[in-house]
Amino acid sequence: MNKEKIIEVKGLKVSFGEKEVLKNVTFSIEEGDVTVILGGSGSGKSTIMKHMLGLYPVTPNTISIFGQDIVTIDEEQELKFYLKLGVFYQNGALLNSLTVGDNVALPLEQHTNLPADAIEDLVRTKLNLVNLEDAYYLYPSQLSGGMLKRAALARAIIMDPPLLFCDEPGAGLDPVSLANLDELILKLRDQLGMTILMVTHEVTSILRVADKVLFVDNGVIAFEGTLTEARQSEIESLKDFFTVGTGGKKVTH
Amino acid sequence: MRKKKWTNKSNHFTLDGNVVRLKKNLTIHNTAEFLNDIELLFRKSGESDLSVDLSGLDNIDSAGALAIHRLPENAGRYNISLKIENAGKDIENKLSLFSPVKQKTEQSHTKEGILYLLGDRAGHFLAEYVASFFYLVSDILFWSVRDLFNRKQRRKGEFVNQAISIGVNALPIVMAMAFIIGLVLALQSSSQLRNFGANVYIVDLTVIAMMAEMGPLITAIMVAGRSGSSIAAEIATMKVTSEIDALRTMGLNPVRFVVIPKIYGSLVTLPFLTILASVAGIFGGAVAANLYLDITPEIFFNRMPEALYQKDILTGIIKSIAFAFIIVITGAFFGFRVKEGAEGVGRSTTSAVVAAITLVIIADLILGLIFY
Ligand SMILES: Nc1ncnc2c1ncn2[C@@H]1O[C@H](COP(=O)(O)OP(=O)(O)O)[C@@H](O)[C@H]1O
Ligand SMILES: [Mg+2]
Repeated sequence: MNKEKIIEVKGLKVSFGEKEVLKNVTFSIEEGDVTVILGGSGSGKSTIMKHMLGLYPVTPNTISIFGQDIVTIDEEQELKFYLKLGVFYQNGALLNSLTVGDNVALPLEQHTNLPADAIEDLVRTKLNLVNLEDAYYLYPSQLSGGMLKRAALARAIIMDPPLLFCDEPGAGLDPVSLANLDELILKLRDQLGMTILMVTHEVTSILRVADKVLFVDNGVIAFEGTLTEARQSEIESLKDFFTVGTGGKKVTH
Repeated sequence: MRKKKWTNKSNHFTLDGNVVRLKKNLTIHNTAEFLNDIELLFRKSGESDLSVDLSGLDNIDSAGALAIHRLPENAGRYNISLKIENAGKDIENKLSLFSPVKQKTEQSHTKEGILYLLGDRAGHFLAEYVASFFYLVSDILFWSVRDLFNRKQRRKGEFVNQAISIGVNALPIVMAMAFIIGLVLALQSSSQLRNFGANVYIVDLTVIAMMAEMGPLITAIMVAGRSGSSIAAEIATMKVTSEIDALRTMGLNPVRFVVIPKIYGSLVTLPFLTILASVAGIFGGAVAANLYLDITPEIFFNRMPEALYQKDILTGIIKSIAFAFIIVITGAFFGFRVKEGAEGVGRSTTSAVVAAITLVIIADLILGLIFY
């Protein structure tokens, strides 16, 4: 099985002012996989994701997505590029001025010629997939944290993008919602063939969905491999994630 | 959109007796076209029974699935009964994953709140500062002209919202301030004019000062305080909460999406606001003239046409347009430059107001010299 590499990151370095956040990040992501990025808070997981999304300047030959160096994407190709991505931001990042329904509808309204009733249909269906259809008319400020996350996920998948980025989609969800979310992630992978890159700390969730695991530590990818390999890894800090996360004995340093 | 007669030609299906055979892919990128084609078929076919055969369909996504789910209902509007058959396993799965919501939640109470939005390219040094300012200015100018003729990327109702929040809502305070300033201006001048026995020139003084100078300036300063700050705060908040990033990765230009409606809203309302402010200021002057110089309102307003020059009115309007640009652009600039964190939002807001008022006064000087 030789799956296509959809994302390749080679030697990504990032500093904010004096602070070196990423020293040398190298990994690749294969088509149709759910890849989980693990790492302590502040280790730079969101930073890696934002660089892949072209939200910060990067040097040439560092990040390529769909076989194209993202540096070479010009203004004309940008829209096409972004239409192939769904992004779930860590804090939801819904527009506060619009209702949940309008938020989710926005990409459809702006990028397709679909009639209004077809758009509404799609939006309600996607909201229903995340069990949030009843929030259609609510504003983001009227939602709980968990609801916001689900609304943001509905927006991220509204265009059925082949590539989905999720930054901590499960954080703060109750166990039932989390299980539903994982089930949805698997459906997106299996039925739509989506490639999914997900930052998460929820070990239960990782065990359910991850095909591959990337572990960020000290500015580098300290581990890259399958879930099974990750669970057998000898790297102490990675071991801690699994033992502590599954309620095993706490490891002190 | 496309109004052509059904000719049995569509990229999406072929008609075979009363069997519609879907083909290839039905995805979000072509579903709109498919819906048009099939609607045309319903309208022109004259059949009362159709069946839709999915066996030739390679792939669908959520948009395609919903379009298929809705076919019987759409056909029903043309009194056609339609059944769907022969979905392959994969298509069947997607149809069940993306099935329409049966019980739609109704809207329960009134809508609330209006807000706004934006993107950036920023740096630390003066050159970069200036460069990014001009970058933003050129972006804004470009899109504000481009989008005049382009309805698609405009957000519904956003222009009106902005016109109300920037212009209409500022009206009471702006007029009140202008009235007071007109009154004080006339009051301060009255003793001098009385000394020279030039009482009646209070009319000229008030009218010219208000129309060409004080009206536009008071309006701009009040609007900078009200809206310059709120534009900066709104955009800065959107940056801090990644809303700006989200817009970009949804393929939307934040400048275009967030700033342009504000530009339109302020460009349309500020000239009116300015004229109304000038009028309020003149009324203030008339009150002072009546109280301190024994110039009755009748004398005052009879003399007014002589003091009112087209040029002064025009100067006032041109100034107000320039000020509108300055206020929105400065607000947006400081909003986009925000550094992470909530206190960054506060700092951006303050800087935006100070910078907007400074730039307004400098622009006032330059325009004053030009139109002198
Ligand atoms: N725009 C920024 N400016 C300055 N520092 C930043 C910025 N974004 C992130 N950082 C810093 O980089 C580090 C990694 O952040 P982040 O990628 O958000 O971590 P996480 O792994 O928790 O997602 C943190 O120390 C954070 O403070
Ligand atoms: Mg993070």
